[in-house]
Amino acid sequence: MSLLQVKNVSKHFGSLVAVNNISMTVEPGELRAIIGPNGAGKTTFFNLITGFFTPNTGRIIFDGRDVTDLLPARRVWCGIARTFQVTEVFPELTVRENLRISVEVASGMRLRAWLSQTDDDKIRARVRELIEMGGLAGKADRQVGELSHGDQRATEIMMALALKPRLLLLDEPTAGMGDQETYEITQLIRRLHRDGKLTIVLIEHDMRVVFHLADRIMVLDQGKFLAEGTPPEIAANKAVQTAYLGQAA
Amino acid sequence: MKQLLKLEPRRKVAALAAIWAALMAAPFWMPLLGGYTALGTRVLVLGLAAMSVNFLLGFTGVLSFGHAAWFGIGAYGCGMILKYIALSTPLGILAGTLAGGIAGAVLGALIVRRRGVYFAMVTIAFGQVFYYIAFQWSSVTGGDDGLRPFYRQPLHLGVATLDILNNAVAFYYFVLVCFALAVAAMAFILRSPFGRTMLAIRENERRARFLGIPVELHIWIAFTLSCFFMAYAGSLYALVNNFADPRGLHYSQSGDFVMMAVMGGMRSFWGPLLGAVVFVVFQDYVSSITINWQIFIGFLFVLVVLFFPRGILGAIRRTVVAS
Repeated sequence: MSLLQVKNVSKHFGSLVAVNNISMTVEPGELRAIIGPNGAGKTTFFNLITGFFTPNTGRIIFDGRDVTDLLPARRVWCGIARTFQVTEVFPELTVRENLRISVEVASGMRLRAWLSQTDDDKIRARVRELIEMGGLAGKADRQVGELSHGDQRATEIMMALALKPRLLLLDEPTAGMGDQETYEITQLIRRLHRDGKLTIVLIEHDMRVVFHLADRIMVLDQGKFLAEGTPPEIAANKAVQTAYLGQAA
Repeated sequence: MKQLLKLEPRRKVAALAAIWAALMAAPFWMPLLGGYTALGTRVLVLGLAAMSVNFLLGFTGVLSFGHAAWFGIGAYGCGMILKYIALSTPLGILAGTLAGGIAGAVLGALIVRRRGVYFAMVTIAFGQVFYYIAFQWSSVTGGDDGLRPFYRQPLHLGVATLDILNNAVAFYYFVLVCFALAVAAMAFILRSPFGRTMLAIRENERRARFLGIPVELHIWIAFTLSCFFMAYAGSLYALVNNFADPRGLHYSQSGDFVMMAVMGGMRSFWGPLLGAVVFVVFQDYVSSITINWQIFIGFLFVLVVLFFPRGILGAIRRTVVAS
Protein backbone atom coordinates (compact mmCIF):
# COMPACT_ATOMS: atom_id res chain seq x y z
CA MET A 1 0.00 0.00 0.00
CA SER A 2 1.16 3.52 -0.72
CA LEU A 3 2.46 5.45 2.26
CA LEU A 4 1.13 8.80 1.17
CA GLN A 5 -1.74 9.54 -1.17
CA VAL A 6 -2.55 13.12 -1.96
CA LYS A 7 -5.80 13.29 -3.87
CA ASN A 8 -6.70 16.35 -5.95
CA VAL A 9 -5.79 18.97 -3.37
CA SER A 10 -6.27 22.67 -4.06
CA LYS A 11 -5.45 25.69 -1.96
CA HIS A 12 -6.24 29.27 -2.77
CA PHE A 13 -5.49 32.49 -0.94
CA GLY A 14 -8.14 34.97 -2.07
CA SER A 15 -8.02 34.91 -5.84
CA LEU A 16 -4.54 33.36 -5.96
CA VAL A 17 -4.65 29.64 -6.63
CA ALA A 18 -1.41 28.44 -5.03
CA VAL A 19 -2.04 24.72 -5.50
CA ASN A 20 -4.44 23.64 -8.21
CA ASN A 21 -5.81 20.10 -8.15
CA ILE A 22 -2.59 18.21 -7.51
CA SER A 23 -2.33 14.50 -6.73
CA MET A 24 0.71 12.52 -5.67
CA THR A 25 1.33 9.00 -4.49
CA VAL A 26 4.49 8.08 -2.59
CA GLU A 27 5.48 4.46 -2.02
CA PRO A 28 7.28 3.26 1.13
CA GLY A 29 11.04 3.64 0.81
CA GLU A 30 10.81 6.08 -2.07
CA LEU A 31 12.72 9.32 -2.37
CA ARG A 32 10.59 11.79 -4.23
CA ALA A 33 11.71 15.21 -5.37
CA ILE A 34 9.35 18.05 -6.15
CA ILE A 35 10.75 20.71 -8.44
CA GLY A 36 9.39 23.73 -10.22
CA PRO A 37 10.13 27.41 -10.77
CA ASN A 38 9.58 29.92 -7.98
CA GLY A 39 5.91 30.32 -7.19
CA ALA A 40 5.08 26.85 -8.46
CA GLY A 41 3.29 26.04 -5.20
CA LYS A 42 5.82 23.52 -3.90
CA THR A 43 6.02 24.84 -0.34
CA THR A 44 2.25 25.35 -0.16
CA PHE A 45 1.87 21.74 -1.26
CA PHE A 46 4.17 20.71 1.61
CA ASN A 47 2.19 22.84 4.00
CA LEU A 48 -0.96 21.02 3.00
CA ILE A 49 0.63 17.63 3.68
CA THR A 50 1.94 18.66 7.11
CA GLY A 51 -1.16 20.52 8.24
CA PHE A 52 0.26 24.02 8.21
CA PHE A 53 -2.70 24.78 5.92
CA THR A 54 -5.89 22.83 5.31
CA PRO A 55 -6.70 22.30 1.62
CA ASN A 56 -9.84 23.90 0.20
CA THR A 57 -10.58 20.70 -1.68
CA GLY A 58 -9.04 17.23 -1.88
CA ARG A 59 -7.95 14.63 0.66
CA ILE A 60 -4.64 13.53 2.14
CA ILE A 61 -4.33 9.87 3.10
CA PHE A 62 -1.31 8.79 5.13
CA ASP A 63 -0.79 5.09 5.65
CA GLY A 64 -4.46 4.40 4.96
CA ARG A 65 -5.68 7.08 7.34
CA ASP A 66 -7.36 10.31 6.26
CA VAL A 67 -5.29 13.06 7.90
CA THR A 68 -6.76 15.99 5.96
CA ASP A 69 -8.36 17.57 9.01
CA LEU A 70 -5.74 16.70 11.62
CA LEU A 71 -3.77 19.44 13.37
CA PRO A 72 -0.01 19.62 12.68
CA ALA A 73 1.03 18.03 15.99
CA ARG A 74 -1.27 15.08 15.39
CA ARG A 75 0.15 14.51 11.93
CA VAL A 76 3.57 14.39 13.53
CA TRP A 77 2.25 11.71 15.88
CA CYS A 78 1.09 9.78 12.78
CA GLY A 79 4.67 9.82 11.51
CA ILE A 80 5.03 12.86 9.26
CA ALA A 81 8.03 15.07 10.09
CA ARG A 82 9.37 18.06 8.22
CA THR A 83 12.04 20.69 7.94
CA PHE A 84 11.48 24.21 6.69
CA GLN A 85 12.82 26.34 3.86
CA VAL A 86 14.22 28.77 6.41
CA THR A 87 15.81 26.58 9.09
CA GLU A 88 13.60 26.31 12.17
CA VAL A 89 15.53 25.32 15.28
CA PHE A 90 15.70 26.46 18.91
CA PRO A 91 18.52 28.99 18.39
CA GLU A 92 19.47 29.76 21.99
CA LEU A 93 19.67 26.12 23.02
CA THR A 94 22.55 23.79 22.28
CA VAL A 95 22.49 21.10 19.61
CA ARG A 96 22.19 18.53 22.38
CA GLU A 97 19.23 20.33 23.97
CA ASN A 98 17.52 20.74 20.59
CA LEU A 99 17.79 17.02 19.97
CA ARG A 100 16.93 16.10 23.52
CA ILE A 101 13.61 17.93 23.31
CA SER A 102 12.82 16.11 20.06
CA VAL A 103 13.72 12.72 21.52
CA GLU A 104 11.66 13.32 24.65
CA VAL A 105 8.65 14.41 22.62
CA ALA A 106 9.05 11.40 20.35
CA SER A 107 9.20 9.11 23.38
CA GLY A 108 5.86 10.42 24.61
CA MET A 109 7.48 12.10 27.62
CA ARG A 110 6.59 15.68 26.82
CA LEU A 111 4.29 16.04 29.82
CA ARG A 112 6.55 14.26 32.28
CA ALA A 113 7.80 16.18 35.27
CA TRP A 114 10.30 13.51 36.23
CA LEU A 115 12.56 11.01 34.46
CA SER A 116 13.90 7.79 35.87
CA GLN A 117 17.62 7.17 35.56
CA THR A 118 16.88 4.46 32.99
CA ASP A 119 14.79 6.79 30.85
CA ASP A 120 17.37 9.52 31.19
CA ASP A 121 20.16 7.18 30.08
CA LYS A 122 18.13 5.98 27.12
CA ILE A 123 17.41 9.53 26.03
CA ARG A 124 21.04 10.57 26.35
CA ALA A 125 22.16 7.56 24.33
CA ARG A 126 19.66 8.30 21.57
CA VAL A 127 20.72 11.96 21.50
CA ARG A 128 24.38 10.93 21.15
CA GLU A 129 23.44 8.60 18.32
CA LEU A 130 21.67 11.42 16.48
CA ILE A 131 24.59 13.78 17.04
CA GLU A 132 26.94 11.22 15.52
CA MET A 133 24.63 10.51 12.62
CA GLY A 134 24.28 14.19 11.80
CA GLY A 135 28.03 14.75 11.94
CA LEU A 136 27.62 17.21 14.81
CA ALA A 137 29.93 15.55 17.34
CA GLY A 138 32.30 18.50 17.82
CA LYS A 139 29.50 21.05 18.13
CA ALA A 140 27.01 19.30 20.39
CA ASP A 141 27.29 21.76 23.26
CA ARG A 142 27.26 24.95 21.25
CA GLN A 143 24.19 27.10 20.75
CA VAL A 144 22.59 26.22 17.45
CA GLY A 145 22.15 29.89 16.57
CA GLU A 146 25.94 30.29 16.48
CA LEU A 147 26.56 27.42 14.08
CA SER A 148 27.03 27.57 10.32
CA HIS A 149 24.02 27.33 8.09
CA GLY A 150 24.91 23.76 7.15
CA ASP A 151 25.21 22.62 10.76
CA GLN A 152 21.93 24.32 11.65
CA ARG A 153 20.30 22.47 8.79
CA ALA A 154 21.84 19.18 9.89
CA THR A 155 20.51 19.82 13.40
CA GLU A 156 17.06 20.50 12.02
CA ILE A 157 17.11 17.31 9.97
CA MET A 158 18.26 15.29 12.98
CA MET A 159 15.48 16.85 15.07
CA ALA A 160 12.95 15.69 12.52
CA LEU A 161 14.63 12.29 12.45
CA ALA A 162 14.51 12.04 16.24
CA LEU A 163 10.75 11.76 15.83
CA LYS A 164 11.25 8.40 14.08
CA PRO A 165 9.06 9.52 11.20
CA ARG A 166 7.78 7.24 8.51
CA LEU A 167 7.74 10.12 6.08
CA LEU A 168 10.27 12.94 6.10
CA LEU A 169 9.56 16.14 4.19
CA LEU A 170 12.53 18.38 3.46
CA ASP A 171 11.86 21.86 2.09
CA GLU A 172 14.95 22.95 0.12
CA PRO A 173 17.49 21.24 2.36
CA THR A 174 20.49 22.77 0.57
CA ALA A 175 19.11 26.30 0.07
CA GLY A 176 21.73 28.97 0.56
CA MET A 177 24.61 26.56 1.08
CA GLY A 178 28.08 26.37 -0.38
CA ASP A 179 29.32 23.38 -2.37
CA GLN A 180 30.88 21.59 0.57
CA GLU A 181 27.82 22.01 2.78
CA THR A 182 25.54 20.96 -0.07
CA TYR A 183 27.62 17.85 -0.54
CA GLU A 184 27.48 16.96 3.17
CA ILE A 185 23.73 17.45 3.43
CA THR A 186 23.22 15.42 0.25
CA GLN A 187 25.28 12.59 1.69
CA LEU A 188 23.28 12.75 4.91
CA ILE A 189 19.97 12.52 3.05
CA ARG A 190 21.33 9.68 0.96
CA ARG A 191 22.34 7.73 4.06
CA LEU A 192 18.94 8.23 5.65
CA HIS A 193 17.26 6.98 2.52
CA ARG A 194 19.56 4.11 1.58
CA ASP A 195 20.61 2.85 5.01
CA GLY A 196 17.70 4.05 7.09
CA LYS A 197 15.09 2.97 4.51
CA LEU A 198 13.32 6.25 5.16
CA THR A 199 10.65 7.57 2.82
CA ILE A 200 11.56 11.12 1.88
CA VAL A 201 9.88 13.86 -0.13
CA LEU A 202 12.03 16.88 -0.81
CA ILE A 203 11.71 20.20 -2.57
CA GLU A 204 14.96 21.27 -4.16
CA HIS A 205 16.25 23.81 -6.61
CA ASP A 206 19.74 22.36 -7.03
CA MET A 207 19.37 19.97 -9.98
CA ARG A 208 22.60 18.13 -9.15
CA VAL A 209 21.11 17.22 -5.80
CA VAL A 210 17.76 16.26 -7.30
CA PHE A 211 19.15 14.04 -10.02
CA HIS A 212 21.64 12.51 -7.64
CA LEU A 213 19.08 11.55 -4.99
CA ALA A 214 15.60 11.17 -6.40
CA ASP A 215 13.87 7.93 -7.39
CA ARG A 216 11.07 9.93 -8.95
CA ILE A 217 10.51 13.59 -9.64
CA MET A 218 7.29 15.59 -9.74
CA VAL A 219 7.30 18.93 -11.53
CA LEU A 220 4.91 21.74 -10.64
CA ASP A 221 4.44 25.00 -12.48
CA GLN A 222 2.25 27.91 -11.37
CA GLY A 223 0.34 25.75 -8.95
CA LYS A 224 -0.39 23.05 -11.50
CA PHE A 225 0.92 19.56 -12.11
CA LEU A 226 3.30 19.49 -15.06
CA ALA A 227 4.99 16.09 -15.13
CA GLU A 228 6.11 13.13 -13.09
CA GLY A 229 8.66 10.42 -13.77
CA THR A 230 12.13 9.06 -13.18
CA PRO A 231 15.03 11.50 -13.44
CA PRO A 232 15.86 10.51 -17.07
CA GLU A 233 12.21 10.82 -18.05
CA ILE A 234 11.97 14.28 -16.52
CA ALA A 235 15.24 15.37 -18.12
CA ALA A 236 13.82 14.32 -21.51
CA ASN A 237 10.39 15.87 -20.99
CA LYS A 238 9.77 18.70 -23.46
CA ALA A 239 7.17 20.49 -21.33
CA VAL A 240 9.53 20.50 -18.38
CA GLN A 241 12.37 21.79 -20.49
CA THR A 242 10.39 24.76 -21.72
CA ALA A 243 8.78 25.57 -18.38
CA TYR A 244 11.70 25.00 -16.14
CA LEU A 245 14.98 23.67 -17.39
CA GLY A 246 14.58 25.88 -20.44
CA GLN A 247 14.79 28.93 -18.23
CA ALA A 248 18.13 27.85 -16.87
CA ALA A 249 19.61 27.00 -20.27
CA MET B 1 26.05 15.75 45.71
CA LYS B 2 28.86 14.21 43.75
CA GLN B 3 26.55 13.86 40.81
CA LEU B 4 25.29 17.39 41.21
CA LEU B 5 28.85 18.66 40.92
CA LYS B 6 29.33 16.55 37.86
CA LEU B 7 26.20 17.83 36.18
CA GLU B 8 26.58 21.47 37.06
CA PRO B 9 29.57 23.63 36.41
CA ARG B 10 31.15 24.43 39.78
CA ARG B 11 30.56 28.12 39.29
CA LYS B 12 26.84 27.55 39.18
CA VAL B 13 26.87 25.55 42.39
CA ALA B 14 28.92 28.27 44.07
CA ALA B 15 26.45 30.94 42.93
CA LEU B 16 23.53 28.89 44.24
CA ALA B 17 25.24 28.40 47.59
CA ALA B 18 25.93 32.13 47.81
CA ILE B 19 22.30 33.03 47.06
CA TRP B 20 20.91 30.70 49.71
CA ALA B 21 23.52 31.72 52.27
CA ALA B 22 22.67 35.38 51.70
CA LEU B 23 18.95 34.68 52.04
CA MET B 24 19.37 32.57 55.16
CA ALA B 25 21.56 35.13 56.86
CA ALA B 26 19.52 38.15 55.75
CA PRO B 27 18.08 39.03 59.20
CA PHE B 28 21.67 39.33 60.44
CA TRP B 29 23.32 41.33 57.67
CA MET B 30 20.42 43.49 56.57
CA PRO B 31 20.38 45.74 59.67
CA LEU B 32 24.08 46.42 59.09
CA LEU B 33 23.22 47.93 55.71
CA GLY B 34 20.40 49.99 57.16
CA GLY B 35 17.66 47.52 56.21
CA TYR B 36 15.13 45.80 58.40
CA THR B 37 13.79 42.26 58.45
CA ALA B 38 10.31 43.09 57.19
CA LEU B 39 11.89 44.59 54.09
CA GLY B 40 13.61 41.27 53.44
CA THR B 41 10.29 39.47 53.82
CA ARG B 42 8.67 41.77 51.28
CA VAL B 43 11.52 41.19 48.84
CA LEU B 44 11.08 37.42 49.13
CA VAL B 45 7.36 37.56 48.46
CA LEU B 46 7.49 40.08 45.62
CA GLY B 47 10.54 38.28 44.23
CA LEU B 48 8.59 35.03 44.20
CA ALA B 49 5.79 36.82 42.36
CA ALA B 50 8.24 38.21 39.80
CA MET B 51 9.75 34.75 39.38
CA SER B 52 6.24 33.38 38.79
CA VAL B 53 5.62 35.95 36.07
CA ASN B 54 8.99 35.05 34.62
CA PHE B 55 8.20 31.35 34.68
CA LEU B 56 5.83 32.25 31.87
CA LEU B 57 7.63 35.23 30.34
CA GLY B 58 11.23 34.10 30.44
CA PHE B 59 10.80 30.37 30.01
CA THR B 60 7.70 30.01 27.85
CA GLY B 61 7.97 33.33 26.05
CA VAL B 62 4.44 34.37 26.96
CA LEU B 63 3.87 37.85 28.41
CA SER B 64 0.98 38.20 30.83
CA PHE B 65 0.16 41.72 31.92
CA GLY B 66 -2.59 40.63 34.25
CA HIS B 67 -0.78 38.41 36.71
CA ALA B 68 -1.53 40.80 39.58
CA ALA B 69 -5.06 39.36 39.40
CA TRP B 70 -3.86 35.95 40.58
CA PHE B 71 -1.60 37.57 43.12
CA GLY B 72 -4.54 39.58 44.44
CA ILE B 73 -6.96 36.67 44.44
CA GLY B 74 -4.39 34.73 46.45
CA ALA B 75 -4.17 37.59 48.94
CA TYR B 76 -7.95 37.97 49.27
CA GLY B 77 -8.44 34.20 49.47
CA CYS B 78 -5.95 33.93 52.28
CA GLY B 79 -7.32 37.01 54.05
CA MET B 80 -10.93 35.90 53.85
CA ILE B 81 -10.12 32.54 55.38
CA LEU B 82 -8.40 34.28 58.28
CA LYS B 83 -11.09 36.92 58.66
CA TYR B 84 -14.28 34.94 58.15
CA ILE B 85 -13.60 31.23 58.43
CA ALA B 86 -10.66 29.89 60.43
CA LEU B 87 -7.69 31.26 62.30
CA SER B 88 -5.17 29.13 60.47
CA THR B 89 -2.23 30.43 58.49
CA PRO B 90 -1.62 27.23 56.46
CA LEU B 91 -5.30 26.99 55.58
CA GLY B 92 -5.24 30.61 54.42
CA ILE B 93 -2.25 29.98 52.17
CA LEU B 94 -3.80 26.82 50.77
CA ALA B 95 -7.13 28.51 50.05
CA GLY B 96 -5.54 31.59 48.49
CA THR B 97 -3.28 29.48 46.27
CA LEU B 98 -6.13 27.28 45.10
CA ALA B 99 -8.47 30.23 44.47
CA GLY B 100 -5.98 32.17 42.34
CA GLY B 101 -4.62 29.09 40.60
CA ILE B 102 -8.01 27.73 39.63
CA ALA B 103 -9.21 31.14 38.45
CA GLY B 104 -6.06 31.35 36.34
CA ALA B 105 -6.57 27.88 34.92
CA VAL B 106 -10.12 28.69 33.82
CA LEU B 107 -9.15 32.01 32.30
CA GLY B 108 -6.06 30.55 30.68
CA ALA B 109 -8.20 28.06 28.79
CA LEU B 110 -10.08 30.97 27.21
CA ILE B 111 -7.09 33.00 26.07
CA VAL B 112 -4.42 30.46 25.26
CA ARG B 113 -4.84 30.87 21.51
CA ARG B 114 -3.92 34.56 21.63
CA ARG B 115 -0.29 35.50 21.07
CA GLY B 116 2.06 38.33 21.82
CA VAL B 117 0.47 41.74 22.25
CA TYR B 118 -3.03 40.28 21.95
CA PHE B 119 -2.35 37.88 24.79
CA ALA B 120 -0.98 40.72 26.91
CA MET B 121 -4.03 42.89 26.17
CA VAL B 122 -6.50 40.15 27.04
CA THR B 123 -4.69 39.43 30.31
CA ILE B 124 -4.82 43.13 31.22
CA ALA B 125 -8.54 43.20 30.49
CA PHE B 126 -9.33 40.13 32.57
CA GLY B 127 -7.02 41.29 35.34
CA GLN B 128 -8.95 44.56 35.53
CA VAL B 129 -12.21 42.64 35.83
CA PHE B 130 -10.93 41.10 39.06
CA TYR B 131 -9.60 44.45 40.21
CA TYR B 132 -13.02 46.05 39.85
CA ILE B 133 -14.68 43.15 41.63
CA ALA B 134 -12.32 43.61 44.57
CA PHE B 135 -12.79 47.36 44.43
CA GLN B 136 -16.58 47.43 44.20
CA TRP B 137 -17.82 44.45 46.19
CA SER B 138 -17.36 46.27 49.49
CA SER B 139 -19.46 44.00 51.68
CA VAL B 140 -17.11 41.07 51.06
CA THR B 141 -13.77 42.55 50.00
CA GLY B 142 -13.80 45.77 51.98
CA GLY B 143 -13.81 47.72 48.73
CA ASP B 144 -11.44 50.63 48.43
CA ASP B 145 -10.27 50.22 52.04
CA GLY B 146 -9.10 46.68 51.38
CA LEU B 147 -9.73 43.57 53.39
CA ARG B 148 -9.07 43.98 57.09
CA PRO B 149 -8.72 43.28 59.91
CA PHE B 150 -7.11 39.87 59.91
CA TYR B 151 -3.85 38.63 61.33
CA ARG B 152 -1.49 35.85 60.43
CA GLN B 153 -1.70 33.22 63.12
CA PRO B 154 1.09 31.61 65.11
CA LEU B 155 2.15 28.25 63.73
CA HIS B 156 1.60 25.24 65.94
CA LEU B 157 4.33 22.77 65.15
CA GLY B 158 3.33 20.07 67.60
CA VAL B 159 6.13 20.50 70.10
CA ALA B 160 6.46 24.24 69.78
CA THR B 161 4.59 27.31 68.59
CA LEU B 162 6.23 29.70 66.19
CA ASP B 163 5.00 33.23 66.79
CA ILE B 164 5.20 34.57 63.26
CA LEU B 165 2.80 37.40 64.12
CA ASN B 166 4.96 39.31 66.54
CA ASN B 167 8.43 37.97 65.81
CA ALA B 168 9.62 39.48 62.53
CA VAL B 169 12.64 37.20 62.26
CA ALA B 170 10.54 34.07 62.79
CA PHE B 171 8.14 35.30 60.13
CA TYR B 172 11.03 35.94 57.74
CA TYR B 173 12.20 32.35 58.11
CA PHE B 174 8.68 31.06 57.68
CA VAL B 175 8.38 32.99 54.41
CA LEU B 176 11.85 31.83 53.37
CA VAL B 177 10.77 28.20 53.76
CA CYS B 178 7.61 28.88 51.73
CA PHE B 179 9.73 30.67 49.13
CA ALA B 180 12.21 27.80 48.96
CA LEU B 181 9.44 25.26 48.39
CA ALA B 182 8.00 27.24 45.48
CA VAL B 183 11.39 27.96 43.95
CA ALA B 184 12.39 24.31 44.20
CA ALA B 185 9.15 23.33 42.48
CA MET B 186 9.81 25.83 39.68
CA ALA B 187 13.37 24.64 39.19
CA PHE B 188 12.21 21.03 39.20
CA ILE B 189 9.60 21.71 36.51
CA LEU B 190 12.01 23.69 34.35
CA ARG B 191 14.49 20.82 34.36
CA SER B 192 11.88 18.24 33.41
CA PRO B 193 10.88 17.14 29.91
CA PHE B 194 7.80 19.35 30.25
CA GLY B 195 9.99 22.30 31.21
CA ARG B 196 12.05 21.77 28.10
CA THR B 197 8.93 21.91 25.94
CA MET B 198 8.32 25.34 27.50
CA LEU B 199 11.75 26.44 26.31
CA ALA B 200 11.00 24.93 22.91
CA ILE B 201 7.86 27.05 22.61
CA ARG B 202 9.74 30.15 23.69
CA GLU B 203 12.51 29.51 21.21
CA ASN B 204 10.44 28.64 18.17
CA GLU B 205 6.75 27.98 18.36
CA ARG B 206 6.53 26.71 14.79
CA ARG B 207 9.32 24.22 15.29
CA ALA B 208 7.75 23.08 18.56
CA ARG B 209 4.42 22.49 16.86
CA PHE B 210 6.03 20.51 14.06
CA LEU B 211 7.88 18.36 16.56
CA GLY B 212 4.47 17.24 17.71
CA ILE B 213 4.08 19.44 20.77
CA PRO B 214 0.47 20.59 21.16
CA VAL B 215 1.54 24.16 21.81
CA GLU B 216 -1.74 25.50 23.18
CA LEU B 217 -2.01 22.73 25.77
CA HIS B 218 1.56 23.27 26.93
CA ILE B 219 1.14 27.04 27.16
CA TRP B 220 -2.05 26.52 29.15
CA ILE B 221 -0.27 24.22 31.61
CA ALA B 222 2.62 26.66 31.97
CA PHE B 223 0.17 29.54 32.43
CA THR B 224 -1.78 27.62 35.05
CA LEU B 225 1.34 26.65 36.99
CA SER B 226 2.48 30.25 36.86
CA CYS B 227 -0.91 31.38 38.24
CA PHE B 228 -0.66 28.90 41.11
CA PHE B 229 2.79 30.20 42.03
CA MET B 230 1.50 33.75 41.71
CA ALA B 231 -1.50 33.10 43.97
CA TYR B 232 0.77 31.40 46.48
CA ALA B 233 2.95 34.52 46.55
CA GLY B 234 -0.20 36.62 46.92
CA SER B 235 -1.33 34.57 49.93
CA LEU B 236 2.01 35.20 51.56
CA TYR B 237 1.71 38.89 50.76
CA ALA B 238 -1.58 39.05 52.66
CA LEU B 239 0.28 37.59 55.64
CA VAL B 240 3.09 40.12 55.26
CA ASN B 241 0.69 43.06 55.45
CA ASN B 242 -2.18 41.54 57.46
CA PHE B 243 -4.18 43.28 54.78
CA ALA B 244 -5.37 42.66 51.23
CA ASP B 245 -5.34 45.68 48.95
CA PRO B 246 -7.47 46.00 45.78
CA ARG B 247 -4.51 47.81 44.20
CA GLY B 248 -2.67 44.51 44.43
CA LEU B 249 -4.89 43.36 41.53
CA HIS B 250 -4.45 46.47 39.40
CA TYR B 251 -2.63 46.20 36.08
CA SER B 252 0.00 48.65 37.31
CA GLN B 253 0.93 46.01 39.87
CA SER B 254 1.23 43.49 37.03
CA GLY B 255 3.48 46.00 35.30
CA ASP B 256 5.66 46.22 38.41
CA PHE B 257 6.15 42.44 38.40
CA VAL B 258 7.05 42.44 34.71
CA MET B 259 9.43 45.33 35.41
CA MET B 260 11.15 43.38 38.19
CA ALA B 261 11.54 40.36 35.92
CA VAL B 262 12.90 42.35 32.98
CA MET B 263 15.15 44.51 35.14
CA GLY B 264 16.65 41.53 36.92
CA GLY B 265 17.00 39.44 33.79
CA MET B 266 14.18 37.41 32.36
CA ARG B 267 16.29 34.69 30.84
CA SER B 268 17.80 33.79 34.18
CA PHE B 269 16.05 31.87 36.90
CA TRP B 270 17.17 34.19 39.71
CA GLY B 271 17.02 37.43 37.74
CA PRO B 272 13.52 38.42 38.86
CA LEU B 273 14.51 38.04 42.52
CA LEU B 274 17.35 40.46 41.94
CA GLY B 275 14.91 42.73 40.13
CA ALA B 276 12.63 42.59 43.17
CA VAL B 277 15.53 43.44 45.48
CA VAL B 278 16.38 46.51 43.42
CA PHE B 279 12.74 47.51 43.02
CA VAL B 280 11.69 47.09 46.66
CA VAL B 281 14.80 48.59 48.19
CA PHE B 282 14.75 51.49 45.76
CA GLN B 283 11.07 52.05 46.48
CA ASP B 284 11.68 51.90 50.22
CA TYR B 285 14.47 54.45 50.19
CA VAL B 286 13.27 56.84 47.50
CA SER B 287 9.67 56.89 48.70
CA SER B 288 10.87 58.17 52.06
CA ILE B 289 12.39 61.13 50.21
CA THR B 290 9.76 61.88 47.58
CA ILE B 291 6.26 60.63 46.78
CA ASN B 292 7.23 60.66 43.11
CA TRP B 293 9.48 57.64 43.56
CA GLN B 294 8.02 55.94 40.50
CA ILE B 295 9.72 58.46 38.22
CA PHE B 296 13.06 57.27 39.52
CA ILE B 297 12.18 53.59 39.24
CA GLY B 298 11.04 54.27 35.69
CA PHE B 299 14.28 56.02 34.91
CA LEU B 300 16.29 53.14 36.35
CA PHE B 301 14.21 50.69 34.32
CA VAL B 302 14.88 52.59 31.09
CA LEU B 303 18.61 52.63 31.84
CA VAL B 304 18.69 48.90 32.48
CA VAL B 305 16.69 48.05 29.37
CA LEU B 306 18.87 50.33 27.22
CA PHE B 307 22.24 49.22 28.50
CA PHE B 308 21.59 45.72 29.83
CA PRO B 309 18.96 44.19 27.56
CA ARG B 310 19.40 40.88 29.39
CA GLY B 311 18.81 42.53 32.74
CA ILE B 312 21.16 43.09 35.64
CA LEU B 313 21.85 39.41 36.21
CA GLY B 314 22.30 38.80 32.49
CA ALA B 315 24.94 41.55 32.42
CA ILE B 316 26.70 40.14 35.50
CA ARG B 317 26.70 36.67 34.01
CA ARG B 318 28.15 37.93 30.75
CA THR B 319 30.95 39.67 32.62
CA VAL B 320 31.71 36.55 34.67
CA VAL B 321 31.73 34.30 31.61
CA ALA B 322 33.92 36.73 29.70
CA SER B 323 36.47 36.96 32.52
